[in-house]
Amino acid sequence: MTAIREYLGRNVRQYGIIGALIVIVLLFQVLTNGRLLMPDNVASLVQQNAYVMILAIGMVMVIVAGHIDLSVGSVVAFVGGIVAIAMDKWNLPWLLAVLIGLVVGALVGVWQGYWVAFVGIPAFIVTLAGMLIFRGLAIVLVGTTIAGLPPGFNAISNGYLGNFLGYVANRDMLTLTIGALAIGGLVLTQFRARATLRKNDLEVEPMAAMVGKLVLFALLLGFLTWVLSGSTGMPIVLVIVGVLILAYTFVLGRTVFGRHIYAMGGNLNAAIMSGVNTRRVNFGIFVNMGVLAGVAAIVTTSRAGAGVAAAGDGFELDAIAAAFIGGTAVTGGVGKVSGAMIGALIMGVLNMGLSIMNVDPSWQKAIKGLVLLAAVAFDLVNKRRAGGR
Amino acid sequence: MSTDNVILEMRGISKTFPGVKALQDVTLTVARGEVHGICGENGAGKSTLMKVLSGLHPHGTYEGDILFEAEPCEFKTIRDSEHRGIVIIHQELALSPYLSIAENIFLGNEQATRGVIDWTKTNAEAAKLLARVGLAERPDTKIMDIGVGKQQLVEIAKALSKRVKLLILDEPTAALNDEDSAHLLDLVRSLKEQGVTSIIISHKINEIAAISDAITVIRDGKTIETLDMRGSEKITEERIIRRMVGRALDSRFPERESHIGAEVLRIEDWTVHHPIDQSRKVVDGASLTVSKGEVIGLAGLMGAGRTELAMSIFGRTYGTNISGRIFKDGQEIQTHSVHEAIMHGIAYATEDRKKYGLNLIDDIKRNITSSSLGKLARFGVVDQEEEVLVAERYRRDMNIKTPSVDALVGKLSGGNQQKVVLSKWIYADPDVLILDEPTRGIDVGAKYEIYTIINALADAGKAVVVISSELPELLGICDRIYALSQGRVTGQLPRAEATQESLMHLMTQEKEVTSR
Repeated sequence: MTAIREYLGRNVRQYGIIGALIVIVLLFQVLTNGRLLMPDNVASLVQQNAYVMILAIGMVMVIVAGHIDLSVGSVVAFVGGIVAIAMDKWNLPWLLAVLIGLVVGALVGVWQGYWVAFVGIPAFIVTLAGMLIFRGLAIVLVGTTIAGLPPGFNAISNGYLGNFLGYVANRDMLTLTIGALAIGGLVLTQFRARATLRKNDLEVEPMAAMVGKLVLFALLLGFLTWVLSGSTGMPIVLVIVGVLILAYTFVLGRTVFGRHIYAMGGNLNAAIMSGVNTRRVNFGIFVNMGVLAGVAAIVTTSRAGAGVAAAGDGFELDAIAAAFIGGTAVTGGVGKVSGAMIGALIMGVLNMGLSIMNVDPSWQKAIKGLVLLAAVAFDLVNKRRAGGR
Repeated sequence: MSTDNVILEMRGISKTFPGVKALQDVTLTVARGEVHGICGENGAGKSTLMKVLSGLHPHGTYEGDILFEAEPCEFKTIRDSEHRGIVIIHQELALSPYLSIAENIFLGNEQATRGVIDWTKTNAEAAKLLARVGLAERPDTKIMDIGVGKQQLVEIAKALSKRVKLLILDEPTAALNDEDSAHLLDLVRSLKEQGVTSIIISHKINEIAAISDAITVIRDGKTIETLDMRGSEKITEERIIRRMVGRALDSRFPERESHIGAEVLRIEDWTVHHPIDQSRKVVDGASLTVSKGEVIGLAGLMGAGRTELAMSIFGRTYGTNISGRIFKDGQEIQTHSVHEAIMHGIAYATEDRKKYGLNLIDDIKRNITSSSLGKLARFGVVDQEEEVLVAERYRRDMNIKTPSVDALVGKLSGGNQQKVVLSKWIYADPDVLILDEPTRGIDVGAKYEIYTIINALADAGKAVVVISSELPELLGICDRIYALSQGRVTGQLPRAEATQESLMHLMTQEKEVTSR
């Protein structure tokens, strides 16, 4: 028992943030008289906040490396505008337009990465400039709005996977299958990791802590699956976000590229003296951020059904806030995709719950600001206590 | 000792951190007007004791009594202790680089009337203080424009401005060359004549033995004994070391039989210019060789260009306008980037492990593998199981004291951090290892372990280059020692012929003055 308490003490940050999410969900569930977790609202929670999650993935990498990206909101508008123009003016098929969007996102990343990595201008300045440049270009290209996009494209953020597997007891089998696979995969990988540690006689977290954590996550996933399967089915955008989360968790945790990002953020000098090619890594981080901003642009444009010059306003701050609430260190070197995703969910639930309650948008902003401050303050206090001496 | 002769008495001081008893019933008595040395291994509790004294660990967080000038003291902050005339100067200097000497001296104690700073008075007072510490610099010189040795003197001037009665110097000479160290110690002696009592904490036992009137040895948070250095009995360094480590060190350096093979690395006519002041040659036409199974030393005073030489070879991480040739196994090579240097089998373990060597907020295993992730990766994916096994192997082989390789490096002691740095470079499996001050700031026991590791590397056929400011260390472990002065190699001596005197002679050889 003491072992578990000790373990929880050491990992209070990790569990604290999950606990905060649950508390906020339950709070709004009560405040909205149960409307927050109604099936339609769960689906639109995912659809409306997909952009934060996508951008937060890239932002975690940027911040862990010790940079910041202020331009992603403008890049979303810029790329979204080009994608809309490609379909509306050039009459290109929507899949090709999506591809063009990703390439343009990458090119934006190349542009900003060049200045940061090879010229050595601080990312704050490069992306502040980018914020102005790409917002301006978006307005030049789009004017105000380009509407009337093809239904196939609009389905990305508003549609659902078809129910190829039919229904069982009025529930979509495909959604249930995906949910079951996700839970099964989670449990399997955790137990395999544990077995590996065991095999090599290494310290493992207490069984109860691990089971508790798994049950918690399984319940979350299970609940989501259950709600969605009973109504709308699996939102397409949730599949996109899910794949990105898995892929980037792997990239950050297991690849040389990911490890070099942590090394640079933790101690840039030591990374250089260890032979890390910091220019290449920095360049890669910004190209990657550009591509993810492209994905976010596609998702946002699809959700709105139109290219809008004012799209993505404030997205950069949402993504940065999600990363920080999720435990990414302001000074770099520390941060996880999973944390940022929970951060994004907290922001999303706040948005959703406050909207359902008809809270004035100005108040919504103020409340989100306070939550960000509280999360980072909690983190600091915690570190100080853990630091001890 | 009569009571009015005692300036400071700390009685029964105990301090507990979660899980650790840092101090247990420590007693320290300092006589007025003496220089009192404090010796102890890293982690013995010296710094904690000084933090208790200065109020950094406020009254109430420790047990025991502090009597200063026979009055009980309950310091809550550093300001309280400074008010009584106790000033501590830490190892890491606390000066603002962009402010002038005078501004730094009076920082927090500005010479002002009704909130408006009187610059004439500030600079005039500062000049007087600088004269007292023997620093010939203008008071309006910026801190970043003077060397560490002079910065140390500014710190002391700042302490004097606070009417210091008891001056505490924590490792004052750790970053100084011999000349600056000597000057600093002279200053402490002259302050003593002016009635300032000093407490000096140092790893340099010869230094502390030379200057102190009394030495208190602390081990494992307890006072072991206070030695009277002015008494009839002659106290030897060996005696102090024995008390510090609690066991006799029969030999401070492990034995090694050299088996020197073929030449591995040759540097020819290597010249490096200062990165900012590009007209200045920091390394000037240096040439050296090192062979398989050989340990060579680079001796030199601060500013001789030893670290700069090593870093410029290691991927040009220092300097501009670098010229010269590098031969590896007889073939000329280029080392334009760190990656290239590592590929050619050259490794450099830095003198400043916190700044250049380690990611303190990451764990031990990731630090060890950080220079050679490619070895662990397939298609860019790191084999984490293998990584843990590698780290475990080094934990055992290098005797890194930690509960787990998942522990953060920042939580380790200096000696164990150094072992992580060495593990990192040994894992890279280089042919040439350049170790820059490998035993700086680590305790005597850990030093011995590091020497053993160096010997093992040489026995395994590596070529090892050791940069050290401690001449006995170079004499104890090297086969051959190069001396550098002002960026030039002024000579080399085989171990049998080298003595501290002969090396010092070469290290202080001045450049002939050429027309400018």
